Amino acid sequence: MGYTVFYLSAIVIVPLSTLVFGAFRMDPQAFISTVTSPRVLASYRLSLSTALVAAIFNAVAGFLTAWTLVRYRFPGRKVLDALVDLPFALPTAVAGICFATLYSPVGWIGQILAKADIQLINAPSGIVVALIFIGFPFVVRTVQPVLSELEPEMEESAQSLGANRWQTFRKILLPHLFPALLTGVTLAFARAIGEYGSVIFIAGNLPFKTEIAPLMIMTKLDQFDYDGASAVAFVLLLISFTMLLVLNGIQRWQQKAYQ
Amino acid sequence: MRPRLHRVSHPPVPVLSESRFFFYENFLSTEINLTMKHFEIKASRLTAGIVLFSSLLGTAAHAAAPANITLLNVSYDPTRELYQSENASFASYWKQKTGQTVTINQSHGGSGKQARAVIDGLEADVVTLALAYDIDAIADTKLLSTNWQQKLPQNSTPYTSTIVFVVRKGNPKGIKNWDDLVKPGISVITPNPKTSGGARWNYLAAWGYKQKQTKSAEQAKAFVKALYKNVPVLDTGARGSTLTFSQRGLGDVLIAWENEAHLILKEFGSDKFEIVAPPVSILAEPPVAVVDKNVEKHGTRKVAEAYLNFLYTPQAQEIIAQNSYRPRSAAAYKKYASQFPDIKLFTVKELFGTWRQAQKAHFNDGGTFDQIYTP
Repeated sequence: MGYTVFYLSAIVIVPLSTLVFGAFRMDPQAFISTVTSPRVLASYRLSLSTALVAAIFNAVAGFLTAWTLVRYRFPGRKVLDALVDLPFALPTAVAGICFATLYSPVGWIGQILAKADIQLINAPSGIVVALIFIGFPFVVRTVQPVLSELEPEMEESAQSLGANRWQTFRKILLPHLFPALLTGVTLAFARAIGEYGSVIFIAGNLPFKTEIAPLMIMTKLDQFDYDGASAVAFVLLLISFTMLLVLNGIQRWQQKAYQ
Repeated sequence: MRPRLHRVSHPPVPVLSESRFFFYENFLSTEINLTMKHFEIKASRLTAGIVLFSSLLGTAAHAAAPANITLLNVSYDPTRELYQSENASFASYWKQKTGQTVTINQSHGGSGKQARAVIDGLEADVVTLALAYDIDAIADTKLLSTNWQQKLPQNSTPYTSTIVFVVRKGNPKGIKNWDDLVKPGISVITPNPKTSGGARWNYLAAWGYKQKQTKSAEQAKAFVKALYKNVPVLDTGARGSTLTFSQRGLGDVLIAWENEAHLILKEFGSDKFEIVAPPVSILAEPPVAVVDKNVEKHGTRKVAEAYLNFLYTPQAQEIIAQNSYRPRSAAAYKKYASQFPDIKLFTVKELFGTWRQAQKAHFNDGGTFDQIYTP
């Protein structure tokens, strides 16, 4: 216990408390006007909504990937399995540059999309693409171990008792997988809120349109406005923390309901 | 941490006669020369006693002179190639003059971020940044005195540049002047002035062009607003915009440093891009300064000052011109004149006052740039 507390303090609490102090050093009036300025609010909205969309997408795609990797045996499965972790290992700026190049009007995919008059780059949808990429491994890696412990016999017995596929999924699989899935989605979501490196290359960074909250922090720092940057970061931290608390609560409630 | 070998660096020659060597007589007025000498003497006050003493005796000089000196030059993005050449040139000059080996480490990045790194404790001996405001911000933390810009000749800027346009080969949209950038259907690439030093020069260049033409700040503001309506992406740095334009094929025109424009032609081929020089633009002055607190701590003041003064010598001015910066020296400018199209240049001082004032009016929160964008 002592070790855990020490470790958490050193790694998480101390660095974050400097941020809180920075924010509290400010005059309350200045703090409020900083974090409620329309531009900052727009950036919060954008960051939260794109992160949420990306997390929901990852919930489905990640679940299917985990399912395939656990339940099917096919050549190249191990390679695919290793590929899942790549977004963790790659510097996110590299990913951002790859996406920006790929989806630009002269890029491979961008050319095709341009014909269909779809513009991903420099638009919120581009941000979602980048966030899906960085959040993907979280869902796969949390669902996978739970799924591999579930025995196929359970589904088979459900089916032999007359359940159709949907019922099997809904009544047998989902209750087991839900906590893990929710954890994965939460992690992906939290990660996406704070993501900076990959997004700035693809977002276009236009005020009120594609300016994410972490960019607002960088912008303030570049004006040597440390207090303003702390204020924006502090609110972002507060939002993330509240979201994590709520999701943890849902998980606990769900587990209780199941037991 | 870089190893620091010594507290006091001193060459085996007397310090006072050496200070004459710092100046490039051809383009320095006597007035500046005098203040510089004064500064040089004052600056080395801390070490002058020891240096003079041992120099007069002529002993112990070799024993005390360190064989290796390390300097850290914290600079902005596009100067990488320039300082690689300058550093090699200075090292051989210093070796010849004093027998000491000097190694200059370079650090590059966005100008504002670099200034912040120095404020937060990166122990730069000299800073060579994109605009005066960034060095002002360092001066605010007392790392150097607030009158730093008077310490070296010509506003402490040994080289200048300006803002030009890069267009696709053949100039398909026929862009010739600033007014062409606000036409409907023209897509302009320029970075975010909030995060990029180069972008601030771009912004002030466009503003200044209109203000000089119409004598009205209101019209200049409307002009800049119309220009940014044509900007589809605001990269955080000048290099980012260069890549957006050249690699990703976005935009009809890139607003860029003159030296960066030449680099694009060199890197990506003059068969793909061409430079368009507008008839009027801004005189961009990227200044240099010794970081007083850090050189005192490292005992590197003499060599740091010599390094920055070296940039004004004919030899260094030539390297500056070769890297497509505009040299201060008339001789070097003449020699490379074909590189530098005739542009009518106005200064920040002429239209905007000091950089602090320009920053406050245009780029700080609530400034004119923020007013361009409304929800």
